[in-house]
Amino acid sequence: MSDIVFEAITKVFPRGGSSFTALADVSLEIPDKQFLAIVGPSGCGKTTLLRMAAGLEVPSSGIVRVGGRRVNGPGADRAVVFQQFALFPWKTVGENIAFGLKCKGVPRARRDELTRDYLALMGMSGTEDNYPHQLSGGMQQRVAIARSYAIEPQVLLMDEPFGSLDAQTRMVMQEELIRISRVNPRTVLFITHSVEEAVYLADRVVVLGRSPGRVTDVIDIRPVREAERWDKVASEEAMEMPGFGHLRARIWRQLRQEMQISRTVAEV
Amino acid sequence: MAAILSAARGSRRELALLSLLGAALFFGFWQMLAISGLVSKFVLPSPGEVLIAALTMMVEPFAGNTIQGHVAASLGRWAMGFGLAAAIGVPLGLAMGYWRLLDAMVSPVFEAYRYIAPLAWVPFAALWFGTGIGGPVMVIFTGAFAPCVLNAYRGANLVERHLVEAARTLGAGSIRVMAEVLLPGALPSVVSGLRVGAGLGWQSLIGAELIVVSSGIGYVLVQGQSNLAPEIVIAAMVAVGLTGLLIDIALRLAEARIRQRWGQTP
Repeated sequence: MSDIVFEAITKVFPRGGSSFTALADVSLEIPDKQFLAIVGPSGCGKTTLLRMAAGLEVPSSGIVRVGGRRVNGPGADRAVVFQQFALFPWKTVGENIAFGLKCKGVPRARRDELTRDYLALMGMSGTEDNYPHQLSGGMQQRVAIARSYAIEPQVLLMDEPFGSLDAQTRMVMQEELIRISRVNPRTVLFITHSVEEAVYLADRVVVLGRSPGRVTDVIDIRPVREAERWDKVASEEAMEMPGFGHLRARIWRQLRQEMQISRTVAEV
Repeated sequence: MAAILSAARGSRRELALLSLLGAALFFGFWQMLAISGLVSKFVLPSPGEVLIAALTMMVEPFAGNTIQGHVAASLGRWAMGFGLAAAIGVPLGLAMGYWRLLDAMVSPVFEAYRYIAPLAWVPFAALWFGTGIGGPVMVIFTGAFAPCVLNAYRGANLVERHLVEAARTLGAGSIRVMAEVLLPGALPSVVSGLRVGAGLGWQSLIGAELIVVSSGIGYVLVQGQSNLAPEIVIAAMVAVGLTGLLIDIALRLAEARIRQRWGQTP
């Protein structure tokens, strides 16, 4: 079992003399092998939630559990894919992917084998000896995803992984991610500010509101996706289906409401 | 505009000619001053006399060794002191960049320490090590240490946070983060620090040798003075300058190569 559980998470940041509540009493459960996307306006604390699961941030109160174990610090059982790719520029593609395996103490021959396997999975065979700066943004993010998969983590934490890619590359990467999660299913926590991306990729979508950040809606995508068979068509066709449109509209309504609420709060 | 730019930039050959002209003017003025009789030869020997003194010392030992022997003795001490400063200073700087607590603990002492001139340590060097090898090595160490620490620290602070976080979430421990992320990420800055440290160490060494030892190029300086041989003093100064210059050129070359290889940080 590799589920992710957030239990009554509150996060308060000191801000100047006062304090700022980023997350207020957020509880959330991602069952084993489920792909959960979080959308929300900027400043709603969605990245903070992910960083807590990664062990890079500590909740002010509440507990984060991954696979039943309480998170206290980063670890290779929870791989993170960053928006900025975070590839080591002085290491080759192969060395980047092998890094986590080296930390685990995997012997060299096995490391090379796994590196080749996961590069092949990402459709990037033969690029082992390139340096990251020689690759396009999309290719770099493929390497970062391969690096995360290679350590065979219990869960994958993806923080707006396609946020810095151009629209076409982004679409290709979304389809690619669907394909990989079919070959190699994992528990995924996926942060995005794109409603389409969330609906297209996720099993469930969580909408976070802001000031303070809290769960305003949880939407199960699977029944609609299975009924309309999105996985049998290209992503742009899936996005034109009526069920997809309804889900998108529902999430947008939520987000719009959130933005109006916080505007009213700001005016008061 | 283009003309101004190209004149300012100058071709390589023009710049080399200007350098030569500058050197020629300097030595010409010095030679004229020496032969004009305005100053006594005991106050300022001519460039020719200095050259002869230097050449003589290359074959005939002075103060116990040839001039290249003295330079070698000095270089040996420098290498030890500088090596020690780099071996302790760079990891300390990286560690300070990694652990904020260590930074907070070390910084106040360190900030005061770095304003103490290396020569101020000479009395302690003599007290602790007498005339042994430890004294000068310690003085060089105190000269080279601060830039090694500071540049490693600043370099480590400039390494993108995401890279450190990525390494930690991939399962890297602190030592591995420092060796495989902070060090390569900070390398251009580390190498600049080493270059500055090498220069300061070399300068401090001469000061230390004036006082605590009986070999090395600084010792030649003192002996030249007490033998009333100013041409030997100047020859030793030239040897100090040239050796320092060679050290700097070697480290600049190393720095350029590293920047070339590491330059493509996103």
